[in-house]
Amino acid sequence: MTNPRALRQKLVAAPYLVWAAVFIVVPLAMVAYYAFTDPAGNFTLSNFHEIAGFSHTFILSIWLGLLSTIICLLISYPLAYLITRCSPKTQRLLMVLVMLPMWINLLLRTYALMKLLEDTGFINELLSLLHLPPVHLINTEGAVVAGMVYNFIPYMILPIYNVMTRIETPVLEASRDLGCNGFQTFRRVVFPLSIPGIVSGVTMVFVPSVSTFYISSKLGGSITLVGDIIEYTFNSEANYNTGATMSLILMGMILLCMLVMNQFTGGDEEAILV
Amino acid sequence: MKQKRSLSPGALLYLVVVFALMYAPIAVLVFFSFNAGSSTSQFTGFSLRWYLSLFQNRYVLQALYNTLLLAAASAVISTLLGTAAAVGIDRMRRWPRRVVNAVTNVPMMNPDIVTGVSMLLLFVFAGRLLHRESVLGFWTLLIAHVTFNLPYVILSVLPVLSRVDRHLSEAAQDLGCTPAAAFFKVVLPAISSGIVTGFIMAFTLSVDDFVISFFTAGPSFTTLPLYIYSMTKKPVRPDINALSTLMFVVVLVLLVLINLREDKEAKREKQKGARQ
Repeated sequence: MTNPRALRQKLVAAPYLVWAAVFIVVPLAMVAYYAFTDPAGNFTLSNFHEIAGFSHTFILSIWLGLLSTIICLLISYPLAYLITRCSPKTQRLLMVLVMLPMWINLLLRTYALMKLLEDTGFINELLSLLHLPPVHLINTEGAVVAGMVYNFIPYMILPIYNVMTRIETPVLEASRDLGCNGFQTFRRVVFPLSIPGIVSGVTMVFVPSVSTFYISSKLGGSITLVGDIIEYTFNSEANYNTGATMSLILMGMILLCMLVMNQFTGGDEEAILV
Repeated sequence: MKQKRSLSPGALLYLVVVFALMYAPIAVLVFFSFNAGSSTSQFTGFSLRWYLSLFQNRYVLQALYNTLLLAAASAVISTLLGTAAAVGIDRMRRWPRRVVNAVTNVPMMNPDIVTGVSMLLLFVFAGRLLHRESVLGFWTLLIAHVTFNLPYVILSVLPVLSRVDRHLSEAAQDLGCTPAAAFFKVVLPAISSGIVTGFIMAFTLSVDDFVISFFTAGPSFTTLPLYIYSMTKKPVRPDINALSTLMFVVVLVLLVLINLREDKEAKREKQKGARQ
């Protein structure tokens, strides 16, 4: 099948393949190169030893990322379900309301939240008007999690809503005709069918949460996450070796999570087919 | 299922509370953008001074121009490259196709900070090769934006392309078209919806990007998100409130317009269906 026409048709992808090789594959290789060398360019594993001192930062990042992902899921799942129960016109309106904040820059959304949570911010001003004691909200882990949930929750609602709208009414009716009550229908039909949406929502919230640096620096005060350290080592210290090592580990971690998640859906898709 | 359309009061309350929380910070910002004072917690009187100061700020206007220029350029390049790539990938056999798809997914799956950092390393290396102090600027930003836009274009075109009947293109060629003419006359119109979606996605992603730009931009070329970043570093900048409000209004208008158009199209489809 090596006629010239087929060859030419494959060649249209060539510019992209070159682009992807130079600007996707080579940069990743450079991250790996910097992670395994010292500033002079000699092979070393000392970067990884150095990173061991930051293990608490990694654990904190994963913990806060997980926490915000779980909170997003707990809020979004019922929300998406309720939206699918509305009339088509209301559904469209509500989905516009879900997507609208996504289009506003992350920096502005975080800034807005910061202005709300500050010690002299809107919430505390309201409390003092009501003669209530002030609450300290900003620069806590709670504020960082709130920032992650607030910024990334549309990415959880959207995929869950999308899979739920694809569950057709006859399927639900069949389940009821076969003797399931509302809860059983949910547990045996709606929930298994919505798992692909949950999985993509979870990755879309977890990845940006775990790797953020802006949210933690604005809402977390002295709380440092992996992203903050990568940002600092590249911009303030110009210490590319440490920064590259952290990026490599972060990438590996996320890849591992994705593999686990994919196993999850893979198995369930088969279950649905059976 | 008699009462499919009506929600219980508890469910309604839940919807209202979640949406209220989602919009509270933005509402506060919009409200205080009209504040005469510079506080974001105490309202001292109505004023448009922050809007005025925003429009007189030539850095903001320059950053806005830069952002739109970069978004347009990167969207055009990534749409051209990405559409061609999708056509080629569609013809690939299983094994090479898998490899290419895996590489294509990388910028989407990777955290933005890793993509940004990896491109910075490449640009620093290129700078060393060229014996230049720094190569960071418009061109590095353009390369970075095209790179993170490409997967979205390819993934919007590929599914549409796979639905196009291959025999159509062959029929056109049997009727005397050159393969290129067959592509432009038959295949391209059929996949135009995917291409438009990809272009719009690329444009909006580029306008919105902060993290990757943060690592690949130099001092010579500042985009709006980068300028906002430098603004939010200072403790009191009430003109941010005005800027946020304006951006919010622009997005709102755009979404409403898109929705209205979709409404119209849905209606037209319905009428068509009824006639048939």
